[in-house]
Parts: sequence; structure tokens; C-alpha cells
Amino acid sequence: MQRYLLSRLGQSILILFGVLVLVFFMLRATGDPVALMIGREATQEQVEAFREAQGFNRPIYVQFFEFAFNAIQLDFGDSLHYKLPALPLILERLPSTVWLAGVSLLMSIMVGIPLGLIGGFNPGSIWDSMARLVGLLGQTVPNFWLALILIIVFAVNLGWFPSFGRDQPSSVILPAFALSVFSMGQIVRLTRSAVLEIRSEDYIRTANSKGLSNRVIYLRHILRNAAIPLVSVLGVQFGYLLSGSIYIETIFSWPGLGRLLADSIGVRDFTMVQAIAFFTSLVVVALNLLTDMVYALLDPRIRYS
Amino acid sequence: MAHTTDPDTIKKPVAHRIDIQEGGFWHQVRYIGKLLLRDRSGTIGLLLFLTFIISAIFAPAIAPHDPLQQNLRDSKLPPAWSEGGTWEYPLGTDNLGRDILSRIIFGSRVSVYVGFFGVTIAFSIGMIFGLVAGYVGGRTDNVIMGLVNLLLALPYLLFVVFIAAVLRDSNINPLILVILIFGITDSPIFARITRGEVLRMRQSGYVESAVSIGANTRRILFDHILPNLIGPLVTLATFEMSAMIFYEAGLGFLGLSVPPTVPSWGNMLSNGRKYLTTYPWISTWPGVAIMITSLGMNLLGDWLRDVLDPRLRRVKK
Amino acid sequence: MAPLLEVKDLKVRFRTIEGLVHAVNGVSFTLHDGETLAIVGESGSGKSVTMMSLVGLIPTPPGKIESGEAIFHENGSQTDLLKLTRAELRKVRGGKVGFIFQDPLTSLNPVLSIGQQITETLQEHLGMSREEAQERCIELLTSVGIPAARDRYKAYPHQFSGGMRQRVIIAMAIACTPQIVIADEPTTALDVTVQAQIVDLVKKLRSDLGVAVIWITHDLAVVAGLAERILVMYGGMVMETAQVDDLYKRPQHPYTVGLLGAMPRLDDTGRDRLVSIKGSPPDLHVKPNHCQFAWRCEYEFERCWKEVPPLIQVGENHFSACFYDLEKGKPRDDI
Repeated sequence: MQRYLLSRLGQSILILFGVLVLVFFMLRATGDPVALMIGREATQEQVEAFREAQGFNRPIYVQFFEFAFNAIQLDFGDSLHYKLPALPLILERLPSTVWLAGVSLLMSIMVGIPLGLIGGFNPGSIWDSMARLVGLLGQTVPNFWLALILIIVFAVNLGWFPSFGRDQPSSVILPAFALSVFSMGQIVRLTRSAVLEIRSEDYIRTANSKGLSNRVIYLRHILRNAAIPLVSVLGVQFGYLLSGSIYIETIFSWPGLGRLLADSIGVRDFTMVQAIAFFTSLVVVALNLLTDMVYALLDPRIRYS
Repeated sequence: MAHTTDPDTIKKPVAHRIDIQEGGFWHQVRYIGKLLLRDRSGTIGLLLFLTFIISAIFAPAIAPHDPLQQNLRDSKLPPAWSEGGTWEYPLGTDNLGRDILSRIIFGSRVSVYVGFFGVTIAFSIGMIFGLVAGYVGGRTDNVIMGLVNLLLALPYLLFVVFIAAVLRDSNINPLILVILIFGITDSPIFARITRGEVLRMRQSGYVESAVSIGANTRRILFDHILPNLIGPLVTLATFEMSAMIFYEAGLGFLGLSVPPTVPSWGNMLSNGRKYLTTYPWISTWPGVAIMITSLGMNLLGDWLRDVLDPRLRRVKK
Repeated sequence: MAPLLEVKDLKVRFRTIEGLVHAVNGVSFTLHDGETLAIVGESGSGKSVTMMSLVGLIPTPPGKIESGEAIFHENGSQTDLLKLTRAELRKVRGGKVGFIFQDPLTSLNPVLSIGQQITETLQEHLGMSREEAQERCIELLTSVGIPAARDRYKAYPHQFSGGMRQRVIIAMAIACTPQIVIADEPTTALDVTVQAQIVDLVKKLRSDLGVAVIWITHDLAVVAGLAERILVMYGGMVMETAQVDDLYKRPQHPYTVGLLGAMPRLDDTGRDRLVSIKGSPPDLHVKPNHCQFAWRCEYEFERCWKEVPPLIQVGENHFSACFYDLEKGKPRDDI
């Protein structure tokens, strides 16, 4: 297991390095990052002054080295818009996004897992059809559109939930639900297909031949095996929820990282955009690594190899 | 893209559909036709997909109005069946009096272009890299797969939005830009699947036997490997195309896709946000369009996946 | 020897997309206390389905037991296994009948320790407590030849080789001291040296425990040293049944002759090609109303196509389902 984890750790570090490179060069994709950040109306002097002040006139490898060196210490410089260090601004918004993603994941799990289990154990039944329907809807309903519909129906017409901000505890419900559609679909599908596949495995035939009770077979044999890929998917989905909330946060005026990203793009604050990109990637990579660790613990074939 | 974690695609291996490659072209078409009729959801998927394509191609002929024509007198009209609506504008009009149905029909063009060309680029790039990685192996394989894994590990939406925002000011046509962005960023999953298939075929001794009877590399590639790749890649392409339509709409929502004057489903959604409480239909219909298109493509993709490896399913009790 | 299991005219069919498959078409045999019976046949001959249907291991859709009886004799009482409820069958499985399946690499649950997989059956059928079950488990593992069982029972299946895993599976099958152990091609997936070890193990256990063994195989060679009786199946029917020596010396059914002839032997000098039985297995979609082997038989004649040959006595404890008398070289006229 140690070897597996060390190799995953190594991979993660390489990925983060790749992210650094990508983020750095993406900013310079047009050739001149300054024009990007300053906008079209600036005069030539302003442009040059800016270039000098931000250090864009230095050789590229120097810029990269400084960028990388700082990024590792989580120093992303100052936001161009707020004129304050970027990291604290990010950290201030982070809890809201985590909360939103967390509630979303919870909703996905609460619907997805039971439905997937029942569908997998009773293929062809009405529950199975429902499970497959949810799986399909998860892939076909655009979450930003659903968000708008939810607002129309539940906030405006019925007045049950607030439609923007994070003032009340119930504020999280609508955005979390809209955000959860895709994950819910994935979780239903994976749970269902895992159960179906495991049920047809030889070791379940063995368990049956031993005359074990249904309860034992379901809980000890089937579920414990299904838990392994499920944990993996949950980790991936959580990462997706954390990093993909830009539309939902914008629509619901949710004070999280997603909205910060959208706003920063709007005001051309690319230092901030860069910072958010790297920070979010860091979180997702760390999350994936954590998921792999849990996976390694759960699967004896990796744990004792 | 989000669909890379599709559990069904990754888990189930694909059988070698050697028998469908035999028989003439029309024989195959008839066979596929029979399979379609047996499976209703696949037929629905295909029909929806064709509707989508046809409305994009024949938009000027189908749409009742000019999508760009503003008519302030007729603005903000609800759909025809509601009070105040008229059948002249079946789905209503937006804030500038433009017919929503026409804009949706024309909007499908953007989606088709992005989806189709985006997937073609991703498919092509991905397949080439996957073939090279799988066939050549060794260090080349490691380098390519390292890159692929890096790209697949990234939070997709974030980076797409980032790059779209950065390149927004450049002089490239926004539609082409979006197509290129999606095409390039989505190629890793095609590369990975291709490589997986090539490795499997190498392992199964299929390729070894071809080599042993003296077939040269090009023949192996074209006669043996490619036909077996088409199945899983086409299935994947359907799902990715659906995802690209989503992502284009999302970018349009943020104003990072085509300019607001050009009708696109994402633009329309974004535009309608301001009028959500007052004229909700402006945003509702584009979303419905996306949903229906996506539904069609997913059903089609599911059916394709079943058609292209039914052997494995029937054998498995 | 007292009869332990009497199967009479068992018929099992499956409903598939392509229609009904008649997998078992009137199989009858008797297994005696402590006897070792080998069931030999090609793939698709119905040997596995027959055994699995006796204890409810065939999923009932799409499978269905059309007719037949399976009388299990125990302590003077008789029960028809085919009439038991699902709950009662569960007690039979593992408790009275143990199973050993073909592929040891996939027959064990990878996320449970081998100890757990043995103790769970002890707890289920014998009501043992955890400690008792653990001790018994260690005893069992030692008896099947797993070294250092006390340390290794907590290990996981992937930490054992194929041969070792099969031993674990054997331990699981005999854990509750069943009266019958059914082994479905247990050595097919193992290499030859390991095969021999497993056969030896089964012989030892059989003599230690006095359990009756049904060994299903397609390989006549494996059972030569192990079985007391052989049942030859084809197309879901019994073709011939006899004591081992009798079958090898005096095979009466053309199919058996073909099987024995097809076995490559070390002392074969005259042949350069492997002998095979021409033709291919019967289509089980058609309900048989004549001899299933007729298509491939050298000796077929009119009658073979008109009725299903019954099992005809051709020697002591030796039955053959064939209208042709191989020894006399002409069709039987006394049936």
C-alpha cells in the first residue's frame, strides 16, 4: 500500500506542477497579458507602467520561477481589482463554496445511493426505471437552467426559499439542489451498475451456495464490494461540485469562489483568476489523493499487497 | 468534461464486433435498422438527434421569423397558449421583440457547429495520440499518458472558462475559438479510450497474429485496429457532443461564447435572467431545447453502446 | 450401500430471448452414502445445471424445473428437494450439500478474509459463536493443507495462490460436515501438478469424513483414480452409467466409446491425428423426442430417431441409453 500511495503522491505533485505551468501560460495565451488585464482604453503609458509594476517585462523564466515559488507558498500576489492579497480573499469565500458543495453532495447521496441500490437489486422494476430515469436526467438537465426554473417556481411563485445570498439557513437549498443534478445522476448510475455487476460475480454464487441469508449476502458481500468504487465516485463528484459551481453561484448570488471567479473575469482581474484556478486545482488534486487513500484502505487487494 | 466519469463507459469492455463488419453495406444498414426498431428509446434518441441536425441545417427555411429582427411593439409576448400570446410567435418573444422559436431554431446552429466540429477535433486529436501511445508504447506512451492524465485531473469547467476569458479579446472568431477550445480540451478522454483499446487488442494476440503473417503496420492499423475502435469512440463522441452543447451554453451564459446578437441557447438563457420574474419564458425555452437535444443524444449514445457490444451482454447470463 | 440421493427424471428448462432451452431432459441417478460419483460430459451437456437445480441455485426466472424428484435420504426420512421452499433450501445449501466451483480466482469474495468466509457459514448453519467458529475454521484450514492456519486465516484471498484458494474453498464446502459435496470442475482452472494435489486432498477428506462426492468434469482422466461410479451425460440426458472399471473396460454407449477413444494416451503409437467425435453438440432449443446423440453416432439407425432410448441394463450396475448393442454389433431386439 505504501508504494501505491507514494506513487499517487508523486503523481499529484507532478500534476500540480503541470497546473502551475498551465495556469502561468494560459494567462499569456494571447501573447501580451498586460493588454488582457488592463483593457482597451488604457493609454500606452499606462500600459507600460503597468507592465513594469507587475514585472511583465522580465524574462519569461524569471517570471515563471517567481510565480511558481510564490504559488507553492500560496502567495498569489494582489488582486488587481481589490488591491488586496488574493489568498485571504479566496479563503474568505471558500467556506461558502464548501458548504454549498457539501449540501449538494449530501442531496446527491441521499437520493442517489438508495435509488441505485434498489434499482440494482430489482432490475426491471419500477424502482429500477426510476433509477435509470434519474441517471438520464442528471446527464440531460443543464444545472444553470434548472436553477432558473427553481427560482421561478419555488422562490418567486411559492416563496418557500430565498433566491439569492446566504442570509438564511434555507438559502442553500435551491442552489444546492440545482448543483446536485449531475452528481445525483452519476451516483445513481454507478451504484446501480456496481450492484448489478457484483451480483453476477462468481463469489456471490459461492455465497449463495453456502446457504447464507439474503441479509448477509446483501450487506456483507454485495455492499462491501460496491462501497469501493462508490467511494471513488463520491470523491470525484465532490471535487466536481467544488470546482463547478460558477453558474449556480452567479445565478443565486452565492458568496463563494465561483462567483468570485465570474466577477473577476468581468473586471479583468486576472491575477485573481489565476489564483482561483491554481487554488481550486490544488483542492481538487488534494481531494483526489485523499479519495485514493480511502480507496486503498477499503480494498484489501491494495492495502495488503 | 464531466462525462469522463461516466461509470458505464469505463466499466464495460467492448466486444469485437467482427461480424457486423462482414456482410455488405446494405446488409449492415438493414441489421441496424432492425435493432433500432426493437429498441424504442434508441429510436427516440435518433429522431431527436435528427430533428436537432435538421433544424440547424434548414433553419432559414423552418424558422417562422428572422431571429435578429427586433420588433419592440411585439416585445415580451408570452407563448401562444397563454393569455396575451399569439400563434404568430408560438413560444413568445423576448425583450426586444425577437421571436423565441426562431431564435431557438437558429440557436441550434451554434450548438451543432460547436458539438459536431468540437467532437470531430477532439476525436481526431485524441485518436491519433491514443494510437501512437498504445502502439508505440515505451517512453512515448508514458509522456502522452502523463499529459492526458494531467489534463483529465483538472477541474474542467474552471479551465475552460479561464481560457475562454483570456482569449475573448483576441481577434479570433468566437465560434471557432469555442470549437477549438472544446476540441483540444476534450481530446484527452478520446486518447485514453483509444489507447485502452489498442492495448487490449495487442494483448489479445490479435495484432501479434497479424504481424506474424506479415501484415505491415499500415494494414494492421487500417484493417484491424481502426474498425474495432470505431464502436467505442463513436459512442463516446455522442456523449461528449451532448456535453459540449452544455458547456457552450454555459459559456454563453457568462458571455464568453458568441456575441449576444447571434442567437445561441446560452445567450438566450443569460439574456432572460433579467426578466426571470416577469417574463420567465425567455429563459425557459432555450433550456428546454438544450434538454431535449441532450436527451436525444444520450438515448442515442446508450443505444449505440448496446448495439456495439451486445455480445458481451448476452453471454453474461 | 444405502441410497443418499435419488434423482428421478429431472427436467429443467430456461427461457431466453431466443426461446426455450431444454437444458436437462430426464436425468435419473442414485447417489449412495459415501460414494464418489463422477459426472462426465461436454460443455452444455447439462451436468452443472442438474446439480445446481437440486438445491435451488438456478435462478427461477429464467430457469424452471419442469418435473422430476430429488429424494434426499436422511436419518430414515425422505425429502424431495425439489419441493422445498426457498428458506428450507437455504438450510440444505452449505449445511447438507457443499459446493466447490470451478474458478478459485473468482469464487472468493476479495474484500473479506478467508477466515470470515468460512466462519460465516459455520455461524449460519451450526449456530457457533465467533470464537468457536474461529477455532473450527483454523482446524479446517489445517486439514486442507493451509500451513500456519492460525496466522493466515485473517489473510485475504488475493494473498493466496490458485491452488491454495481452491483448498480454502474446499474447507468452506466441508465446514458444516455436509452429506454431499458437489465439485463442479474444481481442477479445470488449475495446472496439472496442483490438480493432482487437490484430487489427493479430496480423497483424504472423503475417507476422513465419509462424505459422498459428486465430481463434475469433462476430463475422463481426472476421475479415473477418484470416482467409484461414472455418469456420462450428453444433451441434457444420461447416456451411460457404470462402475469406473466397468466403464473403462466395457463402454456400451457409442458416445462413451468416442470419449474414451478421444483421450490422448502416452502409449498411443499408431495414430498421428487426435481422434474426435465428428459433429457438434445438439441444439437444446428443441425438446428432444429421440436420442440426442443420433446426429453424431456411427451406429444410428431408424429407431434412434423415433424414441428416446431409456437406460437399459447392460451389466451389473451398468446402464446404457442406446438401442444399439455394441458387443453384438447389431440393434438390440429385446427392448
